[in-house]
Amino acid sequence: MTAIGKVSLQDAVLQRGRSRERNRLLVFNHAVLLLLTAFAIVPLLVLAFNSVKTNLEIGQNPLGPPINIVTDNFPNAWDKGKFATTMGNSIIYVTATIAAELVFGGLAAYALARKRPPGSDALMLYFLVASTIPLWMYIVPLFVQINALKRLGIDARFLLIMVYVAGNAPLTIFLLRSYMIDLPSELEDAARVDGANEFQVLTRIVIPLTMPGFLTVGLVVGLGVWNEFLLALTFIHDPNQYPVTTSFYKFVDRFDRDWALTSAGAVIIIFPVMVLFLALQRQFINGLAEGGIKT
Amino acid sequence: MAVLTQNKPTTILEKLNDETWRRKFLRNILIPWLFIAPLLILHIYVVTVPAVQGIYMSMTDWKGVGQNANFIGLENYRELFFEDETFGKALGNNIIWMIFFLTVPFVLALFAATMLSQIKRGGMIYRSILFIPYVLASVVTITIWKNLLNPQRGIGAALDKMLGLEDAFGIAYLGRSESALMSIAFIDNWHFWGFLMILFLAAMQAIPPVLYDAAKIDGANRWQEFRHVTLPGIRPVVLFMFMMVAIWSFLAFDYIFLSTQGGPGGASEVIATLLYKNAFFRFEAGYGAAMGVVISIFAGFIIMIFVTLRRRGWDI
Repeated sequence: MTAIGKVSLQDAVLQRGRSRERNRLLVFNHAVLLLLTAFAIVPLLVLAFNSVKTNLEIGQNPLGPPINIVTDNFPNAWDKGKFATTMGNSIIYVTATIAAELVFGGLAAYALARKRPPGSDALMLYFLVASTIPLWMYIVPLFVQINALKRLGIDARFLLIMVYVAGNAPLTIFLLRSYMIDLPSELEDAARVDGANEFQVLTRIVIPLTMPGFLTVGLVVGLGVWNEFLLALTFIHDPNQYPVTTSFYKFVDRFDRDWALTSAGAVIIIFPVMVLFLALQRQFINGLAEGGIKT
Repeated sequence: MAVLTQNKPTTILEKLNDETWRRKFLRNILIPWLFIAPLLILHIYVVTVPAVQGIYMSMTDWKGVGQNANFIGLENYRELFFEDETFGKALGNNIIWMIFFLTVPFVLALFAATMLSQIKRGGMIYRSILFIPYVLASVVTITIWKNLLNPQRGIGAALDKMLGLEDAFGIAYLGRSESALMSIAFIDNWHFWGFLMILFLAAMQAIPPVLYDAAKIDGANRWQEFRHVTLPGIRPVVLFMFMMVAIWSFLAFDYIFLSTQGGPGGASEVIATLLYKNAFFRFEAGYGAAMGVVISIFAGFIIMIFVTLRRRGWDI
């Protein structure tokens, strides 16, 4: 009895000591994390501050919060940066790429995960090897090819979307296939017994059950296209077809000294991404993590 | 015998006449391949065919549309490795870039993920905020940091003012050859490391808590816990990302092109920026293609090292 009492007393003391130690350590954790959080967020705050200052104020107070808030920079940047056009273009690039990627990627992944026709393994190997080919290996010949098609009168925007869809193909197939392969085949068999054809099995059974996979691919591919710079710079030469990234690059070049204007432009570009990110944090983070590991 | 051949078609002609076989062929072979075909054909057309052309192009002296392409064998490669000093410098910068990215973001991400995995409340908020830089476009990130690193109006100038110094921290980080490359690496890392942290954190959270309890019972301190439980648990992810980051280091382009274009005087030049300038500004298509092949060979080499180590029993 006494022994047990002693032990439990000792335990209690130990426990308290430990939890106190834990708390102290967690204070350290929070301190470190707050510091890192500041590192991530302060540059963005400065950008936001500068987007609502006049250039005069930026000259005197380039880093701090604004003393007088002006909103003129946004309509100014919107007009001078031709954001009405380029935002529209970027939205076209993003939605068309996502749509084509999900339709063609969904079809291919379905065939590879559920039907496994002869040659499936070889095809997966092809995509695995092809996914390691760096863009730099084929960008020069691709440029020649794309230019030839442009001279035939094919819209450069369509060609850029084509390149985006092809570039994201391996990732899309790996991700969607991994989602589809886990489905129990009984559901499909039941649908077939009820007289569904292959296409109906895909649209009525497989896609609804693998929606998270499609959402993940859509987010990863969409964010990638929205932020993409190099391919757009290489293949789009008509300013009316620029996406926001290359247009902003030229814009910053032109208004180099006008920080208020360029800051406002930058805020305009990241605003849609931020809204979407804050609304879908979990899907964004998990989706990009998944995409990063699987490629 | 005659009955058997009727039931089981053997020749192609018989197969085609057999209704059930036809349906099976349609359902199990033809339709699946029709589903695969569009993306596969597109991928072959956009990636594989130009990649093969790239190898050939790298062995020509082609200078762009309208010019003759003569086959010159490995001459471009000889020039790259034995004559072109800018290429040697760029390759060196790629290696510096790789050393930076194989250490700084990994240490930062491992440290932050460990800190984050131990707290119970508010984890999601930290996670989201630390991840935000990763979703920004490179053009935006560069604009933000060009301003922050500005010698007159940036952080350095503010520090000087605070400490009463003159031009100590307020220097043109991106404009000086000693600091340009490291400054761009710093900027890219600001954008990148949160992504790595998320991957490590996810892996840490998959470690069974029992292992930590066992370590505690054995009297392990925090470092020992990290060293003997956390690190082995996330090893596959860390090693995989080592490979990916090593490959990515040879592909680096956006941040460098957007901030300095490789300058000043080639101080921040890497192979990709040199390739881009050669192929698209100077129209040295063949020479640029050769650099593309070299980048691919480096990437392939890194993958080979990784695969070999894995075969040797590294549990990756």
